Amino acid sequence: MLTAAAIYDALGKIVGKDFVSDGKEERYFYARDGGLMPPHEPDFVVLPRTSEEVQEIVKLANREKVPIVPHGAGLALTGLVIPQRGGIVLDMKRMDRILEVNEKARYVVIEAGVTHGALKHHLQKHHPHLRHSIPDSPPIATIAANVVIHGQGRLSQQHGFNSDMVSGLEVVLPTGELCRIGSCSVSSYWFSKGPPLPDLSGLFLGWFGTTGIITKLGLKVYPCKKMRDVMLALTDKAELVPDIMLRLSHTEMVEDVVVAAQPLPLRFKGTFWIMAYITGDGHEELEFKRKMVWDALWEYFESRDVGFLSIPSGMKAPLLSMPSKDTTRFADVSKGGGFQYAGPIAPIEKFPLFIRKLEEVAADHKLFYSSTSRLIGAGHCMMFSFSFSFNRANADEMARAKTALDECSRFALEEGGVLWKADIDEQRLLMDKMDPNTLVLMKKIRQLLDPNGIMNPGNWEIR
Amino acid sequence: MPSPELEFDKTKCAACETISCLVKCQYMDFKDTNEAKKEWQKVINNQDSIVLKSCNTCYACEEYCPFGNHPFYLIVERQEEKGILPAPRPIITMWINQCQPVGKFIVGRVDERALSYCFLPHFNTLVKGKLFDGIAWSAIFGQEFFCNAVYLHYAKASVIKDRLPGIVENIKNQGIKELVCLHDECYGTFTSLASAYGIDMPFRPIHYYEYLYGRLKELKDVIKPLNAKAAYQRNCSARLCPQTDHYVDDIFGLLGVERVKREYDRENALCCAEIFRMARGPAIADDVQKRNLDDMVEFGAEYCVFNCPACWDSLADKVANRGIKPIHMIDLCKLAIGEEQALRLPESGAEV
Repeated sequence: MLTAAAIYDALGKIVGKDFVSDGKEERYFYARDGGLMPPHEPDFVVLPRTSEEVQEIVKLANREKVPIVPHGAGLALTGLVIPQRGGIVLDMKRMDRILEVNEKARYVVIEAGVTHGALKHHLQKHHPHLRHSIPDSPPIATIAANVVIHGQGRLSQQHGFNSDMVSGLEVVLPTGELCRIGSCSVSSYWFSKGPPLPDLSGLFLGWFGTTGIITKLGLKVYPCKKMRDVMLALTDKAELVPDIMLRLSHTEMVEDVVVAAQPLPLRFKGTFWIMAYITGDGHEELEFKRKMVWDALWEYFESRDVGFLSIPSGMKAPLLSMPSKDTTRFADVSKGGGFQYAGPIAPIEKFPLFIRKLEEVAADHKLFYSSTSRLIGAGHCMMFSFSFSFNRANADEMARAKTALDECSRFALEEGGVLWKADIDEQRLLMDKMDPNTLVLMKKIRQLLDPNGIMNPGNWEIR
Repeated sequence: MPSPELEFDKTKCAACETISCLVKCQYMDFKDTNEAKKEWQKVINNQDSIVLKSCNTCYACEEYCPFGNHPFYLIVERQEEKGILPAPRPIITMWINQCQPVGKFIVGRVDERALSYCFLPHFNTLVKGKLFDGIAWSAIFGQEFFCNAVYLHYAKASVIKDRLPGIVENIKNQGIKELVCLHDECYGTFTSLASAYGIDMPFRPIHYYEYLYGRLKELKDVIKPLNAKAAYQRNCSARLCPQTDHYVDDIFGLLGVERVKREYDRENALCCAEIFRMARGPAIADDVQKRNLDDMVEFGAEYCVFNCPACWDSLADKVANRGIKPIHMIDLCKLAIGEEQALRLPESGAEV
């Protein structure tokens, strides 16, 4: 068994000494994320440049039984890349090449460190008629990490979770083998992550890096219309929101539907803001879609339960920005720059119940709340966020926020929701409720792929 | 403190032979004056009337009434009493909450003469340059100074009555003796709405057109005539202060701008119609806007001159799409004295 110094040297030999560290500063930084989970330091931080380097690092870690945690931008907020047992944090940022844009088959092939901001910029500059589904995390969020947690984005209403848009994977298995998943395993084209083959992408998506390390991925891109606009429908009746979302989805004209609820600023108080995004290649197309949206909600408009707000340009720009900056702004509402959310994926019929719970929990714990829900698929489910902001310098407020989030997560689970990007406590809640045979299957998969249990230990740990 | 009450004189209406308030309405049709009179009598008597449900809240009847008897304010009172919602309830709720005075406001180095930005951020962009030398820093902005006239659109006279006395007090407490209102809603509130409700003004409201006209006369040596034809976009609250309309001609005269004699100007003006969209849906709003823009084009306007920032938000891009340059009145004055237009449309359209 190698000493820590020997492992450090070995890592340096693989990636070059400039890209490995066991320094205090790096260990401090990679010990935490922006959320509420307690920090835990890694022993080493390493930044590989190639899939081969990743393979070498994983082989080393497997041989030495050193935990290894892949790291994108560390923005999940639920501590998924906090190295719970120390070991190696594998920061993927240097693997930032956009390898291919296939305009005809509408996919890109990218390395795992490519960020949403970089891909957006690249497409806008070189392929302006194509776009990808941008989540509302900061633009430094990596695409690979986002699909690993089943993120959602601006095209999720039409095309499902961002992970549904994956069109192929290259993965380093926990034992060091490099493996291609999907059409790219038999073809030079990355157009499908599974069909017509057995879909093995499910062995890696949603596993938080506990089954392997994605080094490359194919991602579907979609037509980018020349114009984009947002319509803002308000209602004061939470019970109408699910039907409003369904009606908007029924038009098949809306690319994204987001519902916001929060007590402040005052203009939000007492109303739910439903944002329906539309696109078009000209004014005529946009106008047609606007009319479809109006028609979809006309009955509620006539009953005076739903109104459309005329949006001044100063307000429209932030609504149209991708990603939305409002999430980041919310992080500083309580001053001190902290926020976290429980984001269950749930049937949209649960919206009124969840909103009531959010208001109740926020009042009980004296916290400022916000909620942003995004429609996923054609009304198949929504991501509902129970969000609380807190001051990082206020330990009591942080503790209250954590208690409130746990309460919301348990509630959502009881009500049939499934916790999204669950932290390790929430993963336990999920697994306690999970079909025992499903758990056995998950355990077998993990043991098969990662016999030494080195991959992001602490996560999806089945007892 | 007792709530202000509308000072409405029904004897004036009884003596009225024209019922101009309804007969001239651009959105209601009556077969003759008698029918209009009957409906108006129902409004006065607090009975159900088609007027209360059909009113689009364009404010124009305030201008049409030859007696200054405030027919529109009465309509608003009656709508509220009967629970008629001229707009969807959540929109009204949003407006009531958004403008609630909660102690958040911005004041500059306020002097006895000050500018009112109302609650419109556009004036941060517009108020610049020589036109505002010596007064630019003397400004008030925010909910605490928000005139509240907007609630006329939402059948919420109660909100106005509740908040307006406090707003007036807030302005007075800044030591302001003369308030240059940069928005017609404020000027209309302080000169028309407040007096209709018996609220005394402890300061003198000045319409910003009067202010601009005065400044332009002082700057007349630097004015270079624009030699342009402009359509003037009257706004709803201009109906509360029609006595200020002559300043448009006066200012245009100084700037060398011709106010095109089009169909939809002056008393027959069409508003920006965005309130109609919120209240009645897109059909009426699109129709009004189309007629208005067609009219501007037909009469050869090179510019569309805006008075109200809300009209700007609603119409500026549509005007530009028709090949007419949208410009706010303050910016038009700036152009003539060699300064740049400050309030512009965003460089590009929506981000994709």
